[in-house]
Amino acid sequence: MKIVYFAWLRERVGVPEEVIALPDGVRTVGDAITHLSGLGENYAYAFERPAIIRAALDRKHVSLETPLGEARELALFPPMTGG
Amino acid sequence: MLPIVVRLQAGPIDVGAETRFLSEGRGDVGAIVTFTGLCRDEKGTLSGLELEHFPGMAEAEITRIAEEAAGRWPLLGIVAVHRHGLVAPGEVIVLVAVASAHRQAAFAGAEFIMDFLKSRAPFWKKEHRADGREGQWVDAKDSDEAALSRW
Repeated sequence: MKIVYFAWLRERVGVPEEVIALPDGVRTVGDAITHLSGLGENYAYAFERPAIIRAALDRKHVSLETPLGEARELALFPPMTGG
Repeated sequence: MLPIVVRLQAGPIDVGAETRFLSEGRGDVGAIVTFTGLCRDEKGTLSGLELEHFPGMAEAEITRIAEEAAGRWPLLGIVAVHRHGLVAPGEVIVLVAVASAHRQAAFAGAEFIMDFLKSRAPFWKKEHRADGREGQWVDAKDSDEAALSRW
């Protein structure tokens, strides 16, 4: 699945986007974050406070409980600070 | 269908021109409320703010918020323009201008759009420090999230 990161999540992970094969047990956005957290120190640092992470599936806001379903792109980012 | 203009740009925002668009050539607009958000220098400590955004989703999300406002109040036009990239102190980061026949709808519509834009449009601010040291990412405020519940 294509995963894209923004702001300090992007800086901590170290890449703006990547394609990651998610195992079968990964069903929801929250599951994906848990899986990513285990991929290395940079990921563990990026996702050290998983509850504050915001997500979008195919560019629409979703909650961490949302199933990944058939979505092609998962975006993960900190709370937004526009305006 | 009222005109809804949503634009992201790297260069300065022309508040006058963007606002004139809402009333030019028509006689039904009786009120235009504009909100302009500016970059602060935080007592001289910042040389600017870097605005990161999610291309595609940022425009789509602001448009969705504007359409929601148009469904709630009798609005006659909406312009929302947001900067991305480096913004200097004193420059406009965001302009929201809302036209209606009477002021109440324009005030409410502009406030609604700004409240949702702050916590739902995918933008992130990073500080550029005047002393050249690495700046911090701006933290989201709980009060911004709380502001949504009144709508």
